[in-house]
Amino acid sequence: MVQHNIDIKKLKIPEPIVVITDLSLYYGKTQALKGITLDISQKRVTSFIGPSGCGKSTLIRCLNRLNDLIEGVTIEGNIKIDGQDIYAPAINVTELRKKVGMVFQKPNPFPKTIYENVVYGPRVQGINKKSVLDEICEKALKKAALWDEVKDRLRTSALDLSGGQQQRICIARAIATEPEIILLDEPCSALDPIATAKIEDMLVDLKKDYTVIIVTHNMQQAARISDYTGFFMLGTLVEFNITTEIFTNPREKQTEDYITGRFG
Amino acid sequence: MKKLFKSGNPYIWLTAGTLTVCLLMIGGLVVLIMINGLGVFWPHRIAKMTLSDGAVVLGEIAKSESIPHQKGSYRTKLKIGNRDVYGLDFRWVDNTNIVSCEYPTESLVFERREWGNMYGFLKGLKQGDDIKPIDLKEMTALLGTSHTLFKKIRRIEKKEIGDINYDMEKYRLELKRLTLEQPTERIQKKTEAIRAHIDALEKSYREKEDTLTGLYTSAREKEIVALLADGTEKTMPVLQIIRVYAPNKMGFFAKTGFYFEKLWEFVSGEPREANTEGGIFPAIFGTVMLVLIMSIAVVPLGVLTAVYLKEYASDNIVARFVRISVSNLAGVPSIVFGVFGLGFFIYFIGGGIDKLFFPESLPSPTFGTGGILWASLTLALLTVPVVVVATEEGLSSVPTSIREGAYALGATKFETLWKVVLPQATPGMLTGMILAMARAAGEVAPLMITGVVKLAPSLPLDSHFPFVHLERKFMHLGFHIYDVGFQSPNVEAAIPMVYTTTLVLLFTVLILNLTAILVRNKLRKWYSTTSI
Repeated sequence: MVQHNIDIKKLKIPEPIVVITDLSLYYGKTQALKGITLDISQKRVTSFIGPSGCGKSTLIRCLNRLNDLIEGVTIEGNIKIDGQDIYAPAINVTELRKKVGMVFQKPNPFPKTIYENVVYGPRVQGINKKSVLDEICEKALKKAALWDEVKDRLRTSALDLSGGQQQRICIARAIATEPEIILLDEPCSALDPIATAKIEDMLVDLKKDYTVIIVTHNMQQAARISDYTGFFMLGTLVEFNITTEIFTNPREKQTEDYITGRFG
Repeated sequence: MKKLFKSGNPYIWLTAGTLTVCLLMIGGLVVLIMINGLGVFWPHRIAKMTLSDGAVVLGEIAKSESIPHQKGSYRTKLKIGNRDVYGLDFRWVDNTNIVSCEYPTESLVFERREWGNMYGFLKGLKQGDDIKPIDLKEMTALLGTSHTLFKKIRRIEKKEIGDINYDMEKYRLELKRLTLEQPTERIQKKTEAIRAHIDALEKSYREKEDTLTGLYTSAREKEIVALLADGTEKTMPVLQIIRVYAPNKMGFFAKTGFYFEKLWEFVSGEPREANTEGGIFPAIFGTVMLVLIMSIAVVPLGVLTAVYLKEYASDNIVARFVRISVSNLAGVPSIVFGVFGLGFFIYFIGGGIDKLFFPESLPSPTFGTGGILWASLTLALLTVPVVVVATEEGLSSVPTSIREGAYALGATKFETLWKVVLPQATPGMLTGMILAMARAAGEVAPLMITGVVKLAPSLPLDSHFPFVHLERKFMHLGFHIYDVGFQSPNVEAAIPMVYTTTLVLLFTVLILNLTAILVRNKLRKWYSTTSI
């Protein structure tokens, strides 16, 4: 387990893989993130909570530079992954995105077969050998706890699956590229409790091999699965701490109000 | 009242009513064309009328109507045929003048290769000065042998002599090309070799011509004698006759069989008599080929334009201006595109090609005149806005989440576009293609100045290398309708053909569209199971 006595201002994170320093982001003239500074620990589950529009999704979309696709976004500050500044001009964005996989709020499988969905990433990387792809597909689907459900119909369309299965296909798709970090943007918000429980179990398993960063609206979910939790409000990081600390002993008034359900 | 309007019901009635009016108009159009077009080949009874002035007329009753300004009196329009004898195909008869009207079972329709139908009775086969009486069965047998002979004649005329002419033209052009070069010994030798070829061809041409003359003479020897309504005799060669039938004797099934035989002849045969008789196969072929070449040209052009506009061009004033211009192109009158095709494709590009590649046949143009290629390209320009707009809509319909999913897996913009976005947008593109095809198949005005003709001697696709002859002129159903209905010497007789041809045009467009829709569905399935 993680150490417990921590300074709120400068939380000591063991083995940080992501180091965010004074990050600010603007959509045109509107500031969406205000001077965020935090470290994310390797092979742990870190969750970001906060009311809608607080900037938590925006923050994780900075980690794989998906915000680049939106016009008029400007970024200040610094993000280092594995010690490398990911906004440095020399960085290859597609390489970065292979290293930092992402799963979205709404399941978004491609309108292809289950198999083709899972091996899409490896194919983009130029792997075309069938035996290798088969192996990757099986491994990824097993990690996503989906193999037993779909192994007999890999060649059918992924769109025929249920919402929860589709979301796990998307997770398997992200795993198949062998990333170091997996970003999940409210992955369970469109799913029923049973599908959610399956995905939560799987995420806890995943932290053996990957660093998991999850944005969620569901505080119980954050409490159940994450090691660290960050609470965001209006573009600022209000509090970042070990999950048990935040939920049992919040240092900030706003955090306490939010998790006790007084607003949000 | 206020409550009624508040409930919204009147608006439902209004919108539903408008829809009904539209549906009725479309249905009415199709029904009108079907009624007029489908009945054309049904064999009608032949009426024999004795008039008050003693004249006897024989023919099909075409129409009956009240005489204008004379209440209660009617007149009948008879198709009397025999254009070579009477000069006109139709005759109006006032009903008050008809003394008697009967339908003699022995009356026959003689379908002829020239001068249209003849109505009369069969007297017999001419043998020297005598006439040997024959019945319909013997007549049909006679027609059988004469058809074999006719086919043989046509094969010699079209295929064998056609081939010789084709080769001769080739050698003639080669000879001309050699004279354009520096005279050397090698060229001299070549010239002589070609001259020898031409001589050989000319010899075989003369032989063929002799056979042909022989065949014609022997074919003309067999003549039959027919009796017209007024009792005059008419002698004509059997070769002149295509078909003889007795509609007054035919039962329902015989008529049905006859109907389909004629229908098949119509869609598969070649036109006769200034297009008013025979079939329209070359026009169907020309239309389909035109539309296919047009699609091959328009889809890449439109899709690439749309991809750039939608995916790469930033949304600035220039892009917006281009987009508006593309949409406005759809509103330009089609004849303007025809003029552009004539000036740019035919005179500029075609003329340039002629100068570069076919100098030997100048001053007669090869590509520098209207042809199916230039007509197709003109239509492609005309329909490009349709494809651009549909493709842009198809691209917009691909959700951002799918694109982000691909980006998040480390795909580049191009990979995302090529492997995820474009396959998903294919239905949109193909919808654009289908709309373009429908528009192109019905367009006539620009074709009239870019290569459509009343009668094309050969199809743009045949057995001569290189098989596809894109420079050739072609026939087109839309133009055929206009030509048959309004430009032919015998407009009244051709009106039914107008409706039938219209029906065929509708069917052709329908089939082309259905094929495209099938392809779209197949592609959608294919894309979902491949690695692309």
